[in-house]
Amino acid sequence: MWELHRVAELPGGSTQLFVGLHLIHEVTSPQAFAALEEMGLHVRSPERTLATVDHIVPTISQERPLADPLAEEMLTTLERNCANYGINLYGLGSGKQGIVHVIAPELGLTQPGMTVACGDSHTSTHGAFGAIAFGIGTSQVRDVLASQSISINKLKVRSIWVDGQLNKGVFAKDLILHVIRKLGVKGGVGYAYEFGGPAIEKLSMEERMTICNMAIEGGARCGYINPDEITFRYLKGRLHSPVGEAWDLAVNWWKSLCTDINASFDDQIRFDASDITPTVTWGITPGQSISIDENMPYPESLSQSERLIAEEAYKYMDLEPGKPIYGVPVDVCFIGSCTNGRLSDLRAAAAIAKGRQVAPGVKAFVVPGSEKVGIAAEEQGLHKIFQDAGFEWRKAGCSMCLAMNPDRLEGNQISASSSNRNFKGRQGSSIGRTLLMSPAMVAAAAIKGQITDVRAFLPKSLENLL
Amino acid sequence: MSKVSSYPQGVIQQVLGRCIVMQGDDIDTDRIIPARFLKCVSFKDLGAQVFADDRKELQGVHPFDRKENIGASILIVNDNFGCGSSREHAPQALMRWGIRALIGQSFAEIFYGNCLALGIPCATASAKEINQIQKAIELDPSQVWELNLTKKNIQSSLGSWDVAMESGPLEMLLKGRWDATSQLISQEAFLKQTEKKLPYLNNFTK
Ligand code: SF4
Repeated sequence: MWELHRVAELPGGSTQLFVGLHLIHEVTSPQAFAALEEMGLHVRSPERTLATVDHIVPTISQERPLADPLAEEMLTTLERNCANYGINLYGLGSGKQGIVHVIAPELGLTQPGMTVACGDSHTSTHGAFGAIAFGIGTSQVRDVLASQSISINKLKVRSIWVDGQLNKGVFAKDLILHVIRKLGVKGGVGYAYEFGGPAIEKLSMEERMTICNMAIEGGARCGYINPDEITFRYLKGRLHSPVGEAWDLAVNWWKSLCTDINASFDDQIRFDASDITPTVTWGITPGQSISIDENMPYPESLSQSERLIAEEAYKYMDLEPGKPIYGVPVDVCFIGSCTNGRLSDLRAAAAIAKGRQVAPGVKAFVVPGSEKVGIAAEEQGLHKIFQDAGFEWRKAGCSMCLAMNPDRLEGNQISASSSNRNFKGRQGSSIGRTLLMSPAMVAAAAIKGQITDVRAFLPKSLENLL
Repeated sequence: MSKVSSYPQGVIQQVLGRCIVMQGDDIDTDRIIPARFLKCVSFKDLGAQVFADDRKELQGVHPFDRKENIGASILIVNDNFGCGSSREHAPQALMRWGIRALIGQSFAEIFYGNCLALGIPCATASAKEINQIQKAIELDPSQVWELNLTKKNIQSSLGSWDVAMESGPLEMLLKGRWDATSQLISQEAFLKQTEKKLPYLNNFTK
């Protein structure tokens, strides 16, 4: 696949790689367009570029002009750039807007065998389709606009093989948090993570996206999963998927991409999915997590390199080593993001919320990953389930994943969040605290008002609802 | 001198100027440029916002505020500088403040690449040497230094130290080929060839 996209070798030893799909959004593109203009260049392949707005959009009222003038300026800048260069923009109210990593797959834009680039580190998500997908900086966004290609070094590949099957109440999010916990947040530097094995093969496309989405949190620039029947079934009939004869030819080609079972990897690691339990982060990196059944580690029990950051984490989080994460009270519960803002995520959370009430004093809200997800959820009545339980039902965007819009923590509030980063200050308050977990675990935490074990909340009908 | 203050262009063999010391390991891009400054459509104001929160906390004694450091162009840091998010706003902010080269024990991968794309060399030296360089600079911040990429050293009348740089990026700087854009667009013929053989650009008939 790499070979097929290789345009040339560049001085300095890097490869010029053709970009099949370029995704842009309002935060990392304006400077790239400005640079293009300064250099007197045009957009080489506007038809291979797609734009949307996600990072700064408010999720309550999306009336234009937006209340925040800076946010409004970013939106109008993107709109102007797209109009000038003939780039397709799925904007607010188009029915197709949403987080860039949610909409490209659901519109059938992301396909096996493609290279996908976007000025956002969670572009690794698209690797779930058997695509080579990586996040890029703004200079590279400019490069892709100008040449539909980038200069990149080939990555090593680590196979992450997962046997067994996820237990009830354990989700893809738990699996990837577990992997990052074991391999560390720097463990994947220089690697692409290729996930495979019986447990991965059983996952739906949405679950696979959750896994690849967070490969970057383990330090790996790309996540990858071989395409299979589940992939093809997901893609069939989507807006930008091939149709008619091209569909059959496409499936044949896609199948040929993954015949290489004996591929030799630079490294190989095995996990067993049945060992994994609901997992929650307690610290300030996505690698600092434990099972809901465990107690938080004593810094002394950790390796030298982990100890310092663990001490820093305890200080920042105001949590105590040796205590369980179970029972820690929460102020805010956020369900959404490109990790867990898809329909199956909302269904899992709704299954827990159904017929229950959010604990007094807890602010809980649900932000669908895209307008399409929002519409589908409403068709299934999920918004009613959430609202009846006391959750707010919002409009699509990144929201409190990084809090560039009005959704943010205040002071040292602590959140249960289905997003992907628990860095200091990530959710909009420089002393705000974030606990990462699966959307169902967030819903359970909202009901209980504290971190709890979702397995005690599983409805009998969960199977149907999921 | 306008040569120092204009943004990097073409062949980069040396960086001349005063040095500024920024101590500490793992200085992340959130510290270099806090997230709220990402809400902008141009990089042009970032120079003033570099290290905004750290500077506010230190009320004027932050290295980037100290009078003797204004106008410095070589930043001397410690280990794993520039870790965290991929935001190019971080090297942009440094560059717009005036930084034209960095020397440190190590740099985060994406930050390093972002710097290279701007024509800003990130050279490395051992912890011990970095320490010595930082001490020498603090003795006399007014000293002008030369980072020489051909000789791979940094020197002034206060002393000379060897620095290291990977051969690929080094060659790109020395030959003026760090600006990827012009190279990439110059391969139009190969780009067309690649497009011709990609199944998904040809209705999957290839
Ligand atoms: S949801 Fe969060 S991680 Fe995903 S693209 Fe938006 S800000 Fe980035």
